Amino acid sequence: MSSSQAFFSWIQHSALSSTIRGSTSLFPWLESIHVLAITTVVGTIAVVDLRLVGLASRDRPASELMADILPLTRAAFALAVLTGSLLFASNALDYLHKAPFVAKLILLCVALLNIAVFHRLTVRDIQRWDTARSPPLSVKLAGAISLAVWIGVVACGRWTGFV
Amino acid sequence: MWLQDFSTWLAATPASLFIQATDAIIPAVQTIHILCIAVVISAVLLVHLHTLGIAMRSQSGAALAKRFFPWLWWALALLLLSGTILIIAEPDRSLSNWVFQLKMLLVIAAVVLTFLFQQPLRKDPDYWQKSAARRTNAGAIAIVSLCVWVGIVFAGRWIAYAIAY
Repeated sequence: MSSSQAFFSWIQHSALSSTIRGSTSLFPWLESIHVLAITTVVGTIAVVDLRLVGLASRDRPASELMADILPLTRAAFALAVLTGSLLFASNALDYLHKAPFVAKLILLCVALLNIAVFHRLTVRDIQRWDTARSPPLSVKLAGAISLAVWIGVVACGRWTGFV
Repeated sequence: MWLQDFSTWLAATPASLFIQATDAIIPAVQTIHILCIAVVISAVLLVHLHTLGIAMRSQSGAALAKRFFPWLWWALALLLLSGTILIIAEPDRSLSNWVFQLKMLLVIAAVVLTFLFQQPLRKDPDYWQKSAARRTNAGAIAIVSLCVWVGIVFAGRWIAYAIAY
């Protein structure tokens, strides 16, 4: 058994995991909070993405919009990760064998990488395009990738329940 | 009971049988449904966290309502459409399910509350600012709206579990 398998097996056999598995209501409550958190992440980040792509909120500075909205997105993301981790822990080994779940994790990595690249490289010269109704191509690309990836995350999350 | 008869009839229609026989339709429609929920819940949060003075302070309430509520209404239309497809697919899972019925009552309440908040702003962008009583009312609508929409999201997830309760 590899060390990662041992790790996920340890999670699956933990008291926390069996508590969630053994309760009839804990799992749906966690799912409900997870859905609320993920829909908040996706909806709020889409407002920013549509501004970056140049399709909406075009008369507002991008920096102002991001400062307004992203704190809410980050808080909701933290809640989604917390509840998602608990849902995963309830049946860790099972989830790792579900293709849509693995795809969701990969898409999440792409989303975070896209955010990292955007903030390191693209936001540096934000003064140049902050008020541009149609931002430069690199900015539009970051917004479009984000939109597509988060829609994929939702789809894979839903599909995980069907395999 | 007529609702049960209707469910049984609906489940035997060609449309329902087609969806039941095609594996990808239900998860695909549910995905669209959740994406529309994302639009609605975010619109309500962005408008009403401003109403409550918690976030989105760089814009006026009227500007936020004008920016985000049209998205809410369009997403709601798509939610009713995708929701109808899901009911046709599995009528027994939803129509006579008490959690589904509760969800529909909450949807009606949410629509009324959103309309009550938005309507006065069309004629007067400062409507909710003009007196202490109006500010209180706006805050009350904001809190109740947020609770009702969260209740809708939670009920949506619990439809799948209601049989056990």
